[in-house]
Amino acid sequence: MFGVRSVITIVFVAWIFLAGPSVPGGPAEAFASMVQVTAPPPAPPVPSAAPPPYTMKESVAEMDARLVVCDPDAPPVSGAGVTGIFAPESPPSREIRDLSYLVFGICIVIFVVVQGFLVVAIFRGIRDRRLASQSGNDVSAEPVQVYGSIPIEIAWTVIPTIIVFVLTMVTIRTLRDIDITTPPENSMEVVAIGHQWWWEFRYPGPDGEVVTANEMHVPVGRPIWLRLESADVIHSFWVPRLAGKMDLIPGRTNYTWFSADRKGIFLGQCAEYCGTQHAHMLIRVYADEPADFETWLDHQRKPAVIDASVEVGRRVFAEYACLNCHTIDGLSDGMFGPNLTHLASRDTIGSGFIPLDRDNLRAWIDDPNQLKPGCNMPSLKLDPPELDAVTDYLMTLH
Amino acid sequence: MTIGSGHSSLAPLPGPSPRGRFWESVMQWAISVDHKKLAMMYIGAGLIFFLVGGIEAAFMRLQLAQAGNNVVDPATFNQLFTMHGTTMVFLVGMPILLGFGNYLIPLMVGARDMAFPRLNAFGFWLFIFGGLLLYFSYVGADGLYGAGTAPDVGWFAYAPLTSRTFSRGNSTDYWILGIMVSGFGSMTTAINFIATILCMRCPGMKLMRMPMIAWMMLVVAFLVLVAIPILTAAQAMLLFDRTLGAHFFDPETQGSAILWQHLFWFFGHPEVYILILPAFGFVSEIMPTFSRKVIFGYPLMVAATVGIGFISLGVWAHHMFVVGLGPVLDSFFGATTFLISVPTGIKIFNWLGTMWGGRLQFTTPMLFVTGFVAMFVIGGLTGIMLATVPMTWQLSDSYFVVGHFHYVLFGGTVFGIFGALFYWFPKATGRLLNERLGKWTFWLLFIGFTLTFMPMHISGALGMPRRIYTYEVDRGWEIWNLISSIGVPVQMAGVAIFLWNVVRSLRKGEVAGDDPWDAWTLEWSTSSPPPEWNFDRIPTCTSARPLWDRKHPEDPDAHYE
Repeated sequence: MFGVRSVITIVFVAWIFLAGPSVPGGPAEAFASMVQVTAPPPAPPVPSAAPPPYTMKESVAEMDARLVVCDPDAPPVSGAGVTGIFAPESPPSREIRDLSYLVFGICIVIFVVVQGFLVVAIFRGIRDRRLASQSGNDVSAEPVQVYGSIPIEIAWTVIPTIIVFVLTMVTIRTLRDIDITTPPENSMEVVAIGHQWWWEFRYPGPDGEVVTANEMHVPVGRPIWLRLESADVIHSFWVPRLAGKMDLIPGRTNYTWFSADRKGIFLGQCAEYCGTQHAHMLIRVYADEPADFETWLDHQRKPAVIDASVEVGRRVFAEYACLNCHTIDGLSDGMFGPNLTHLASRDTIGSGFIPLDRDNLRAWIDDPNQLKPGCNMPSLKLDPPELDAVTDYLMTLH
Repeated sequence: MTIGSGHSSLAPLPGPSPRGRFWESVMQWAISVDHKKLAMMYIGAGLIFFLVGGIEAAFMRLQLAQAGNNVVDPATFNQLFTMHGTTMVFLVGMPILLGFGNYLIPLMVGARDMAFPRLNAFGFWLFIFGGLLLYFSYVGADGLYGAGTAPDVGWFAYAPLTSRTFSRGNSTDYWILGIMVSGFGSMTTAINFIATILCMRCPGMKLMRMPMIAWMMLVVAFLVLVAIPILTAAQAMLLFDRTLGAHFFDPETQGSAILWQHLFWFFGHPEVYILILPAFGFVSEIMPTFSRKVIFGYPLMVAATVGIGFISLGVWAHHMFVVGLGPVLDSFFGATTFLISVPTGIKIFNWLGTMWGGRLQFTTPMLFVTGFVAMFVIGGLTGIMLATVPMTWQLSDSYFVVGHFHYVLFGGTVFGIFGALFYWFPKATGRLLNERLGKWTFWLLFIGFTLTFMPMHISGALGMPRRIYTYEVDRGWEIWNLISSIGVPVQMAGVAIFLWNVVRSLRKGEVAGDDPWDAWTLEWSTSSPPPEWNFDRIPTCTSARPLWDRKHPEDPDAHYE
């Protein structure tokens, strides 16, 4: 027995060791290099004198914890439950939460009854076997053979049928209550377009359309009628505290709606596998007071700031391939990447997982694949002065 | 064929050298059309793929043990979960279960072999080469574009991620062709099952006297015949899209991404029942034997099986509740999904009725099937939650779903398979597996399984989507992911002990005799292992438990029919 136990212990300890914190040059990294020998990733060629990998000073979670949310009642933006389905802050997710409690309740009752019978059957069966062997009966003697019982079998057919009928009815009622087929009264339409691996948000309006990326601003208390489209493959919009998920499917338009109860930041992410960087396609929904929201919308509607002190960077942007993919209002109209007209007014880059500051932005432009391996933005191999200039320029785009 | 000739073709022919004898024995397996040999090769190959798929899962859990881990890069991770899912469904679940069907059906219905032995061998070799073709992608899928190694589109390969635009190289073509080839193997096997069960039963074995497992396999065979051709057709369409410029699934040119989902899940949901019904069959054979009681409510059990077969063809769109099909279709498919829990519940209650009042013997097979019932109930209840359409709007594509279907397919199917391996190993080899090591295997698997998959329900409800190679810190997911990962080495230890048990028992296991469990179905009436022709004389059958009637001539079952 010693052999078996020690093998288990060794495997277990090795596992914890390998799964533990990634020490540079430690076992996890050595292990990673071993894995890559057997399955080389399609990574871009690394120059021979590769600089040490760039690391961010602060994670988005730390940044969120630091961000000032004026309303003391605002829901937290970090910690357990910030993307949980049991902390709803919007009518559709609250409806779903209430239904979930009911269904959970029914399931727990069924669970207790069935597992209870199982446990009793096990203990009775063990006892009966012991009694039978103690009584010294013939070993071949068998217990009473029961072939079935029509009344009992009818009972355990009819009772579950009634339960599932009830469940079907409450499901249909909740579907009708949430009603994602018609826009709610007084709603505002926002278009969400999924791209491999970022989100485009469009706010249609009579004064011109506002286009932004990854960070969606909405007014508190007003229903948002969300129109969902995709530019490439299937994605899924999921901000658990606001609404259930709905797919964004190319060649098709879907709708869903939510209405944030309170001011705050609500997190979510793409929920349908959409390729290499599916994990880094995060959503940030900012629920603002209606007046703040109007201010934000008016600001986003303005053309990009033109600041003479960063004219060099502006020229770099215009002369290199940047403008093929990115729109900056008044300068370029690329459609493949996020709109950068008001980039510096956002908190994050890389679809919500990199805090926006000058160092991070510079590292991102230098080589996006180092921060987000497999992403579609190429490194343009800018010289350091060009890199600094274009970073400075983009940081002025408030 | 030498069936019934009285001479075993297994006897080694005189060879020129030991090396010659070795090739002789390899050839005996390679050219065999004996259903028992083919079944053992099915199960053996399935177990090898089980280890491969398990190692893929272990790498994923290692990567996810902590937020921001860097064990594998994103592209590799996506290949790992694609290959894990594809392997476990097509190269582990199907072949092992069809392998058991192959082994047991002729023995249980009192036939000398399957109806079409050559077709049987053909199906097996298609499965093997399909599996090898899929895994060859690790070597050969670079293609002209130099992109990709193994497939990385997920095991359900949603369009348009599978189009040439988004999946360059040949990895997706390997996925299509590998599964298509092994799918043809499954179809031939299904035809064989149906023909054997309907035409080759021994005298006296009416349909309603068949062992439960034969009923389950019959329904499974019909489901395979309905479902697999749909997948094959959809894959052919996808191959046309990718190689011939067709537009079935290309939304840019009026194709439909949703069409793929309908076709895939019209295969995919019956597939779930293809994977679970044979395990129901194992439970329905093993539980009566070790409760020392006849199965409770045989006719209702048969009706529930056939009912599950029919209803399972009408629930596929419950995989598509977040596609936006509209409230009418959502309600319909929610309702049919709720409905299928009724026959499934009947089965569970009938098993409880079988145990109730029995004299239970907790041998290893009985432990596994009891664990099956307990775990499957949990998987079924989370299934009810997922049939509730609005709950699925929150939970679909989250780790809750991953937890749910592992409770069904691991706690269900894999536990059933282990129970069956322990139960029929003595019949196939003549030697019993070691009970003490078997109990270690059960408890390690049970504990490791619970550690790994129970926390997934929580991380899913906390908003963690599936198929992400890393996750953000400070969302409350870290602890649950760490617990999930800790369960993996526990399961690995259980599987390692099982493998050691097999190796050891083959050499010096306790000799089993014809009928080690004192059971009641026909396979236990012949020798262990059975001769190539199965029965010296074709048996006759007087009830659903022919050996009970022989052992208890004073009170045969036939009186109660």
